[in-house]
Amino acid sequence: MRSRVIGCALGLSLAALASGAVAADKVSDGVVKVGILNDLSGIYSDFTGRGSAVAAQIAIDEMGGMVLGAPVELVAADHQNKPDIAANLAREWFDQGRVDMIADFPTSSTALAVMEIARQKNRVTMLSAGVAMAAITDKCSPLSAQWMVNTYALAAGTAKALLKAGRKSWYFVTADYTFGHSLEKDAAAMVEAEGGKVLGVSRHPFPGGDFSSYMLKAQGTGAQVIALANAGNDTINAVKQAAEYGIGRSDKQVIAPLLTYITDVKSLGLAKAQDMYLTEAFYWDYDDRSRAFAEKYFARMKRMPSASQAAVYSAVLSYLKAIQAVGTDEAGAVMTQLRSMTIDDAVIRNGRLRADGALVHDLLLLQVKKPAESKRDWDFYHVKAVLKGDEVYPKPSDACPLNAKG
Amino acid sequence: MSDITLQAFLAQLTIGLIGGCFYAMLSMGLAIIFGLLNIINFTHGAQFMMAAFLAWIGLTQIGPWLGQPDLQVNFWLALVLAPALVAVFGMAVERTLLRRLYHLDHLYGLLLTFGVALVMEGGFRYAFGVSGQGYEPPEILQGPVDVGFMLLPKYRVFVVVASLLICLSTWYLFERTKLGAYLRAGTENPRLLQAFGINVPVMITLTYGFGVALAGIAGVLAAPIMQVTPLMGGSLLNIVFAVVVIGGLGSILGAMLTGLGLGLIEGLTKMVYPEASTVVVFVIMALALLLRPAGLFGREA
Repeated sequence: MRSRVIGCALGLSLAALASGAVAADKVSDGVVKVGILNDLSGIYSDFTGRGSAVAAQIAIDEMGGMVLGAPVELVAADHQNKPDIAANLAREWFDQGRVDMIADFPTSSTALAVMEIARQKNRVTMLSAGVAMAAITDKCSPLSAQWMVNTYALAAGTAKALLKAGRKSWYFVTADYTFGHSLEKDAAAMVEAEGGKVLGVSRHPFPGGDFSSYMLKAQGTGAQVIALANAGNDTINAVKQAAEYGIGRSDKQVIAPLLTYITDVKSLGLAKAQDMYLTEAFYWDYDDRSRAFAEKYFARMKRMPSASQAAVYSAVLSYLKAIQAVGTDEAGAVMTQLRSMTIDDAVIRNGRLRADGALVHDLLLLQVKKPAESKRDWDFYHVKAVLKGDEVYPKPSDACPLNAKG
Repeated sequence: MSDITLQAFLAQLTIGLIGGCFYAMLSMGLAIIFGLLNIINFTHGAQFMMAAFLAWIGLTQIGPWLGQPDLQVNFWLALVLAPALVAVFGMAVERTLLRRLYHLDHLYGLLLTFGVALVMEGGFRYAFGVSGQGYEPPEILQGPVDVGFMLLPKYRVFVVVASLLICLSTWYLFERTKLGAYLRAGTENPRLLQAFGINVPVMITLTYGFGVALAGIAGVLAAPIMQVTPLMGGSLLNIVFAVVVIGGLGSILGAMLTGLGLGLIEGLTKMVYPEASTVVVFVIMALALLLRPAGLFGREA
């Protein structure tokens, strides 16, 4: 993989020389370099991993591999979900590697570490997979953008839509650590604000293992919604074991995982996942534009892109377009340009980048299809509603100093 | 929490029992290996995972790989084949690597098996990703059965019956038969046993294989319940080690009874205060170590 990337880059730089383009002094070091920092081998590698680098390459190819006459290069590395490794890699990339922007960060702690370094070194970070609220509240940075979504919007999206459909009584099955708690808190606040009622909570140790106990308890309360405030294998096991006991199979009681990627649904299979409600920032089969991008991706990866992989594409594309428009790759100028643009591409719709770094855009409320309704592999979702960004994103927080000015 | 009905109580107790069955099978394998080889087998979780993966490969992958989409190794065959294959793999590791460490401190065996486990998990992660694979139970065991106080999936009933059978027969084999007597003698005084004409090194290899096979059976039984992922064994192993320590290192009966008992306690904790359901196991371990350092069923040295 690495040799291919290097080969690609080499080819592109040769092309740049051959065309005789004056690699303008507008671009620092004569090259625009994009870094993808994520989990290439661990628990988040399915929805980020190598696929994210492929998505970035698609965006670069669409720009013709050049911006302002300078070649665009791509590097990728594994941060192993450890903030110290991420910080070291980022320093090396900024200091010696001439990297101008780093994207992805499936683990929020790595994102927060690199955001701070990038800010000191005047470079850009784009969190396509990092969803923590801290990135747009107390740890916000003028040179960072949270490109896909945050936990509040995901929880609020699903909660609001289900409440509107008259599902007022809720039960939470929550992973017992910060992430699960904040997901539960945001969704529960929404439930109570809209006149619903939280009937109970089971907070399970992380990782969970056997969820049948919690799911049966949830079923016993008669709650109309069993919300899963956890992620990854915990969500998968909870749904799988609920199916075993026939929980969530009637319209009276539905299961709503608050953070789910299409890769989780793929792994569960439709027989187990059917009828669940969830919110995602992107679904490949949404319309012609999203399908066109997804087909390009599929041709290289033999899988459909997850929302965060798709968000990498959008982030890199928007970043390069902003450089093109503003005529320099200086971080501050590029960010100002990004904030003034309307982001509208194959992945992100009606996007507007806020001062605090939140990219407010349309999200999709989805319901998992029944096996009989799915016509092909990866044909997984009914799009139930398009959720307007302003309705589901959190209000700018006072904890972020960048919000104070405006 | 005053509104717990008898029905709900029994249901949660049953779920705890199912968890306990897995603890019992896994901890028995560990106890056997520790008792006879003096090796703390950290590969146990990875071997459990490997068997689950082999079962999944047999059911869904092997046909397409061999160009014969109809070819399937069904659940029943997998229940025999996968543990056997994992046992062979385990015995190969014992012969080539573990054997060299018997004369050293326990710590070396622990480190080696831990390393092997990491390599195995890494390999499966690389080959099959991390989100995991689904495994359907055989048709005859699908759907629920009414046990009076709850609707229990048939498959879970099967797991309880099968694992209790396996545990009891293992106990019988080791504690009540002549073969078992040889095995126990092998730990006490291998040289004397060898003088009686028993090939002790082969016996040790087979014993390791047997312990690993128990993990393998548990792995295949777990495949339809848990998502089959490279990490499925690692997270279980911590608790299983606690079970072995509580039961008394090397005590086979102790491992089995403690496994079942802790499953029940964990189940009840999940009902009352789920946050503590993992912690409770370790609290009991700490208490057991303070009050009975050799474990509940261990013989004081």
